[in-house]
Amino acid sequence: MAEITFWLLALFTIASAVIVVTSRQLIYSAVALLFSFIGVAGLYIYLWADFIGVVQIMIYIGGITILILFGIMLTNKITSVRISHTSVQRRIAAGGLTVLLGLLITMIIKTPWYLVAASEPTQTVESIGKMLLIDYLLPFEVVSILLLGALIGAATLARRGR
Amino acid sequence: MIIASLFILFLPLLAFLIQIFWGRRLPRQGDFVAIAAVGGTLVIALGMLLAILLKFDPGFQREAAFEWVNLGAFQIKLGFLIDNITVIMLVVVALISTMSHIYSTRYMGGDPLYSRYFAYLGLFTFSMNGIVLANNLLSLYIFWELVGVSSYLLIGFWFQKDSAADAGKKAFLTNRVGDLGFFIGIMLFFTAMGSFNYQDIFNGVANGQLSGIMLTLAGLGLFCGAVGKSAQVPLHIWLPDAMEGPTPVSALIHAATMVAAGVYMLVRLFPIMTPDVLIIIAYVGGFTALFAATIAITQNDIKRVLAYSTLSQLGYMVMAVGTGAYTAGFFHLVTHAMFKASLFYGAGSVIYAMHNALHKLNDHETDAQDMRNMGGFKSRMPITYWTMVVATLAISGVPFLSGFISKDAILAGTLAFAGHSPQHFLVPFFGFTAAMITPFYMLRLIYLTFHNEPRQTHIYIKIVESPRAMTVPMIVLSSLTFFAFYTLPQFNPFAGNGWFTSLVTAQDSLVTGFAVVSAHEFAEQVHHNHTLAMILSVSLAGLGILFSWLFYLKRKLSADAWAQRSGFIYRWSFHKYYIDEIYDRFIYQPFLRLTDKVGYTDWDLYDQKFIDGFGRVSEKLARLSGTIDWEGLDKMIVNGIGRFFQRSGQSLRQAQTGRLQNYLLFALLAIIVILIIQVL
Amino acid sequence: MDQLQTYLIIGAVLFCLGLYGVITRRNAIAILMGVELILNSANVNFVAFARFGGMNMSGQIFALFVIIMAAAEAAVALAIIINIYHLYHSINVDEPSELKL
Repeated sequence: MAEITFWLLALFTIASAVIVVTSRQLIYSAVALLFSFIGVAGLYIYLWADFIGVVQIMIYIGGITILILFGIMLTNKITSVRISHTSVQRRIAAGGLTVLLGLLITMIIKTPWYLVAASEPTQTVESIGKMLLIDYLLPFEVVSILLLGALIGAATLARRGR
Repeated sequence: MIIASLFILFLPLLAFLIQIFWGRRLPRQGDFVAIAAVGGTLVIALGMLLAILLKFDPGFQREAAFEWVNLGAFQIKLGFLIDNITVIMLVVVALISTMSHIYSTRYMGGDPLYSRYFAYLGLFTFSMNGIVLANNLLSLYIFWELVGVSSYLLIGFWFQKDSAADAGKKAFLTNRVGDLGFFIGIMLFFTAMGSFNYQDIFNGVANGQLSGIMLTLAGLGLFCGAVGKSAQVPLHIWLPDAMEGPTPVSALIHAATMVAAGVYMLVRLFPIMTPDVLIIIAYVGGFTALFAATIAITQNDIKRVLAYSTLSQLGYMVMAVGTGAYTAGFFHLVTHAMFKASLFYGAGSVIYAMHNALHKLNDHETDAQDMRNMGGFKSRMPITYWTMVVATLAISGVPFLSGFISKDAILAGTLAFAGHSPQHFLVPFFGFTAAMITPFYMLRLIYLTFHNEPRQTHIYIKIVESPRAMTVPMIVLSSLTFFAFYTLPQFNPFAGNGWFTSLVTAQDSLVTGFAVVSAHEFAEQVHHNHTLAMILSVSLAGLGILFSWLFYLKRKLSADAWAQRSGFIYRWSFHKYYIDEIYDRFIYQPFLRLTDKVGYTDWDLYDQKFIDGFGRVSEKLARLSGTIDWEGLDKMIVNGIGRFFQRSGQSLRQAQTGRLQNYLLFALLAIIVILIIQVL
Repeated sequence: MDQLQTYLIIGAVLFCLGLYGVITRRNAIAILMGVELILNSANVNFVAFARFGGMNMSGQIFALFVIIMAAAEAAVALAIIINIYHLYHSINVDEPSELKL
């Protein structure tokens, strides 16, 4: 059962991603992106990373997708429902990327991965919290400054020119 | 000492930060912060000078370092090295910087970016002190670039003027050319020694870890950096243009300190220069000394004359390093900093007076820097006049002034150099000829500006002496040209021995197989040639002064007539030997044309001629074989190939659109190729 | 084919799709979506290694940081896009191409 849902999830994620990059309508792309993020969040839960999964839902789906939708609305006339967008150099990119994907998959399969058998952690949130405030305190603080900077920067950038 | 030097380094940085963030809101736009900071560094530097004078030990050295990067096998330590040369240089930088700050309070008064100007000065002082204090090539390089940045900011300070903005860019880019070589040199040392530290590199060279042609190349790389920063031929083109910056900046950066950084670096690293490098250094320096002097004769812009005179004097210093008399070069660096800064302040004072006069007259056309609009200012600006005269006599090498003893030491060095390698007789020739031309053009400046009857009477009557904030730095620096400041406790104006020569002594070269001469023998030879050099230089300087007097004060000889008679020589000199034009013609234009050609090859030639041509040829071949073979198949295959190439040609053509996504696609294809190679 | 490789392949597929979007799309927002997909693919790899490769929690923390960066990046990028829109009245990346000769 778990096996089947896993494969369905993976298929769901990838299919949504395909729609994101191929759909001719921007809104469809954005909505498909949302579903793709949900699929990835599901994958995280399969990987025993429930906290990251929740964060993924909160930030990506609750934040970034909404931001992107806002971006679409702000940069197009709200009345034109069918906001279409075209693509360039599709064939050559598709060909190149297929080759790249083939190569990547060959490498992934050929490489003898170093695997460690691990048991399922009981308290992911607790250990992540501890690590963030002990081992990764400096990056944590730096990232908070980065977020502040991005906040201010985005606000000033978007305000200018009015 | 180390703590004190930390203060010296970081006080100007602190001033910079305060000025750049809060400068506009402080009373008087915060100029007192900057002056207090550099004044503090001056006090500390003078204290350090006193300390080394009390110790009076030529081998005095202090070093401190901290670990910056530690990756096990790979470590980088940054730190300070303080010896007598460092302390003297710190005093020079702090002194000229303080004077420039004080001078700028009036000269730059009322400028809309007044506080930012002082911030940039602080940044410059910080970086310059960093260069002076560095004990390793890496931090030297970092501060070297910082100095370049602050120089760029200050040259282009009046960026509303296109010429100033362009001059800033030119200075920065020209310096980059030299810095490329400098970086290669540093990396050659690093790969050989595994360390950036001076002492490690010295030891490594002494042990022969880097020797022969590679050491020569590395030394040449370092010299490239000096060529860029100290504006030697062929990278001298930026310095005259740098005069677009404010005059106190020209005095501080483009006369006394930054341009001397190249010489300072060569002096520091002299022991690891191979004889081949030294000969190149000597020729480049000597040639620059003469070359720039000949240009200075014909310039009419008061600051440009000083700029070319700076080039010429820097050439002297570099030449001194090349001949082995590098302590004399450093000596000249110090004395030159004093009198050249004083000369620039004088020129700035004249320009300031001219500006004010023109402002009162509502005249925006007349060039305030052109000496042809001046004349007779002596009675109007007595303090400026006398300080400039003293500084001019110092640069001319008149006895009892500092320029005489330092220039004399260099010339004696060139004679000694030619003594042990007579095939290089050109080096002293360059030196002595420039020594004759220097007083000529410097006095020309004085005579044209201050003597005779005024050329523009209506401007003349509006000229007034500059305020005290500007005259005091001039008086201080021109009084520092008195020889005794450099020769105490001795008091012999002709020998030039004293605390300076006792504290700064030449080291032996560490290059293995440096067969020429040891420092001691060289000093002996210099001593032998001392009297000869002195007699020659004094008489040549006298000759230059005499001619200048005849031409420009007494008008016994007509300068215009002589200019006419000398024909192309005058024209060449006036147009600075067309160096800028030559670079434009032979470097910039061909480069632009090359890019055009590449574009043409790709678009028109490759796409249309080659690929379409291939298609056409294939088509013809197909027709030809069609008569023999089955037409359809042939046409399909051959035309298919033709069409394939045509189409790929067209898509290649699309690739040159300047769209980022196309480039990304190419990056992707390249990655695929690399991956395929890896997998196979 | 064990589980780790499955996840890595999913990551690779997502990566290639994202790159396809970045290369082919003309609309700046659509390109941004492609970038987000690429970031997600990297995150899948991090978390997969955390689970199977003995990276433990560090892998998850990496993923966390990547998510934070993505949020900051999306905010700034959209601000820039809106600015471009005001300037050129279009957010097709090939129209404001100052790089073009």
